[in-house]
Amino acid sequence: MDTVFGIPGGAVLPLYHELAVSGLRHILTRHEQAAAHAAEGYARATGKPGVCIATSGPGATNLVTGIANAYMDSIPIVAITGQVGVAMIGRDSFQEADITGITMPITKANYLVKNIRDLAATIHEAFYVATTGRPGPVLIDIPKDVTTQRAAFQYPPKLRLPGYRSRVEPHVLQVAQAAAAIQAAARPLLFVGGGVITSGAHEEVRQLAEEQDIPVVISMMGKGAFPENHPLFVGMVGMHGTVAANYAVCETDLIIGVGVRFDDRVTGKIEAFAPQAKIIHIDIDAAEIGKVVPAHIPIVADARQALQAILAKLPERKEHPEWRQRIWRWQEENPLRYDECGLKPQYVIEELYRLTEGRAIISTDVGQHQMWAVQYYPVERPRSFLSSCGLGTMGFGVPAAMGAAVARPGETVVAITGDGSFQMNIQELATLRHYNIPVKIILLNNGYLGMVRQWQEFFFERRYAYSELGGNPDFVKVAEAYRLPARRVASREEVVPALQEALETEGPFLVEFLIDREENVFPMVPPGGTLNKMVTGGRQQ
Amino acid sequence: MKRTLSVLVENRPGVLTRVAGLFSRRGYNIDSLAVGRTENPSISRMTIVVDGDEQIIEQVCKQLNKLIDVIKLSDITDDPHVGRELMLIKVNAEPAVRGEIMQIVDIFRARIVDIARNSLIIEATGDADKIDALENALRPFGIREVVRTGKIAMLRGAKTKGMEASGDGTGD
Ligand SMILES: Cc1ncc(C[n+]2csc(CCOP(=O)(O)OP(=O)(O)O)c2C)c(N)n1
Repeated sequence: MDTVFGIPGGAVLPLYHELAVSGLRHILTRHEQAAAHAAEGYARATGKPGVCIATSGPGATNLVTGIANAYMDSIPIVAITGQVGVAMIGRDSFQEADITGITMPITKANYLVKNIRDLAATIHEAFYVATTGRPGPVLIDIPKDVTTQRAAFQYPPKLRLPGYRSRVEPHVLQVAQAAAAIQAAARPLLFVGGGVITSGAHEEVRQLAEEQDIPVVISMMGKGAFPENHPLFVGMVGMHGTVAANYAVCETDLIIGVGVRFDDRVTGKIEAFAPQAKIIHIDIDAAEIGKVVPAHIPIVADARQALQAILAKLPERKEHPEWRQRIWRWQEENPLRYDECGLKPQYVIEELYRLTEGRAIISTDVGQHQMWAVQYYPVERPRSFLSSCGLGTMGFGVPAAMGAAVARPGETVVAITGDGSFQMNIQELATLRHYNIPVKIILLNNGYLGMVRQWQEFFFERRYAYSELGGNPDFVKVAEAYRLPARRVASREEVVPALQEALETEGPFLVEFLIDREENVFPMVPPGGTLNKMVTGGRQQ
Repeated sequence: MKRTLSVLVENRPGVLTRVAGLFSRRGYNIDSLAVGRTENPSISRMTIVVDGDEQIIEQVCKQLNKLIDVIKLSDITDDPHVGRELMLIKVNAEPAVRGEIMQIVDIFRARIVDIARNSLIIEATGDADKIDALENALRPFGIREVVRTGKIAMLRGAKTKGMEASGDGTGD
C-alpha cells in the first residue's frame, strides 16, 4: 500500500499535516465517494487494501456509498474518517455524524478510537481484518484530539481477536464427497465468482476444468477468474448471461460453485435454478452456504486450498465429450449478436478489445454499457475487470479506473461508462488531469438512463418515465474545460481512429460515442424469471 | 420453533447495537435478548431467543458468528439448561382482593415487593411458561404494568459454554 485517496477537512487536519511528510502518496479527489471508489479500484486491481480518508460529518457520509459497494463485493478497503473531539461527541457538534453507527451494516468491522494508546493496534487490526478471511471494508473513526496526542509506538501491536476466524481448512470428509460427486457427474459445471480472484485460485480452477473436462460459467465478479477464450469457457450466467451458460445451468447435474454467492441476478427464480443439479458450494464465509440455495456438499474454506485438496483426490483425467458438445452447440446456435447498422455500442467495445488485444484493465459503470462490456470485452487475467456488481453503483467507473491506474502504472486502463453514470462523478476529470492519471474514458452516450429505459420498454408499456437525460452537456467541451483531450464520434467509420488516438495519447482521454439511442441488452432473463426463458433479441411487443 | 442461543461477546462499545442491528437488517425476529457481563469483565454473555424455521436459525447463527466481537455462540436449546426470566408486574389490588392475589403469588412462589394503596408490585422468576401463567392468573385483577427481562440461561452440571475461543486469537 503506497497511495491513499481523500479530501481533507477540519477534523483530519492534524492527520493531513503529518501525511504531507509521511512519504505516502495522497491523491486529492474531488468527492469523497470517488476517493472510496478509487480505493476500491486500487484494491480490485491489486488485491492490496485500498485506503481512503475523509473528514468528519459530510466527508464521512460521502464515503458511505463506496463503503457499501466494497462490502457487497468483498473488497478490502480501509476508510479513515475524522471525528469531532472526544468531548464533543454526541452533542450534534459542527460536522459531527455517527459514522460508526451509520456504517455498521456495511462494514466488516468498524472502530471509534477514543484513546491514542489504542490507535496503532486498531489500525493494525483494521488492515488485518479488511484483508483476511472474506475481505471487506473496515472503517476507523478518529476524533480530532486523538490525532494530536502522542503515544509511544510499538510494532507490531498485538492483535486480540478471539472471535475472528480468518483461516478455515477444508474438511477432509467434504473434500472426499466433493471429489466423489465430481467423478460421478455426467454433466458437471464449474461456476466461479469473485472468491476465486480473491484467493488467487484461478490456476486451480483451470486445472480442475481441464483435467476433468468441466465447462466453466462465471458470475460478473468472476470475470477474469477463467480465461474467456478457453474452449471450456461458456459465459456469464444470469439476467444478462449467455444463452449457453444459462442453458448449461438448467441442464447440469453438478454445480461446483467456487467463491460465488448465488446472487438473485444470477439465479433468477430460485426454485427453478439448476433443477437437476447437486450443488457443491465452496466459500470462505460459512454464512454464504445455504443462504440462497441449499448446498449438498458445503465446503467452508479458502477457494484455493479447497480446490487443491479436491484435485489431489481426483484421478488424472476424465472426459465428458457429449456434455461439452451439447454446450458447444448451444454456443454456436446462440452467439451474441447485434444489428450492424448505425453506431452500435457493441461494435465500439469489440473494436476496443481488438485494439487493446484484450489486455486492458476495464472498469465499468452501471447500466447497459456495463453489460455490453461484460459481453464484448472478454478478459483473460484476474483483476482486469472492475465493476460494481453487488450494489450496482452508478458513478463507480471513472474513480475505480483512477485507483487501478494509480495502482498499476504502465497498464492501459479504460473506463466504460454511460452518460447517466458518468455525470455521477464527472468532477473526477479534474483529478485525472491534476495527477495526469492515464485513464481512457469510453462514454457511450444514448441520451437515456439506458438500462432503466430498457426495463420501461419491456415491463412498463414503453412509458419512458423520467429516464431521458434531457439537458446533457456537451461532454467534449466539459472534458476540454477540465483540459482533457476529447473526441466525439457519431459514425461507425470514426470509431477505430478515435479509439486509436485515445490509446496512443499519453494521459487521460475521453471519447464520446453517440450510440444508437434505443439499443437493448440481450439476452435478458426477465426479473424473477427462469434461466431457460430468455428474450434474445428484437423488440418485445 | 424457538431456539435459545447463548452468545459470548467482547464487552466493547457497540456490540449490542451490532447484534440487534444484524437481526433487524436481515429480517429475523428476536423474541428476547438479555445481556450482562460475565465472570470476566471484558466479556459479556447474551442470551437470545429467536423464532424461525431451521434455515433461518442456521443463518442467524452463521451471521452472528461472523461478527468479530462474537467470541462463541452455542445453541443450547437441546442441552439440559436452566432458563430463567425475571418479571416485575404491577396489578390493581383493592384491599378486598389482596388475599386472593397473595394466594396466587404463593402458588407461583413469587414475591410481593411493593404495596401501595390500590396496587401491588410482584416479582417472579422462572421459565417463560411459569411467568406467562402468572401473568394470566393476575390478568383478571387488572394489570397496570409489566416489565420482563427476557430469558437468561446456563447449562446444567459442570459443562460450561466457556471462553475457549476458536478465532485467530492473539498475535499473528
Ligand atoms: C447510484 C445509482 N442510482 C440509480 C441507479 C439505477 N440505475 C441502474 S442502471 C441506470 C441507468 C444507467 O444509465 P447510464 O449510466 O447512462 O448507462 P446506460 O444504461 O445508458 O448504458 C440507473 C439509473 C443505480 N444503479 N445507481
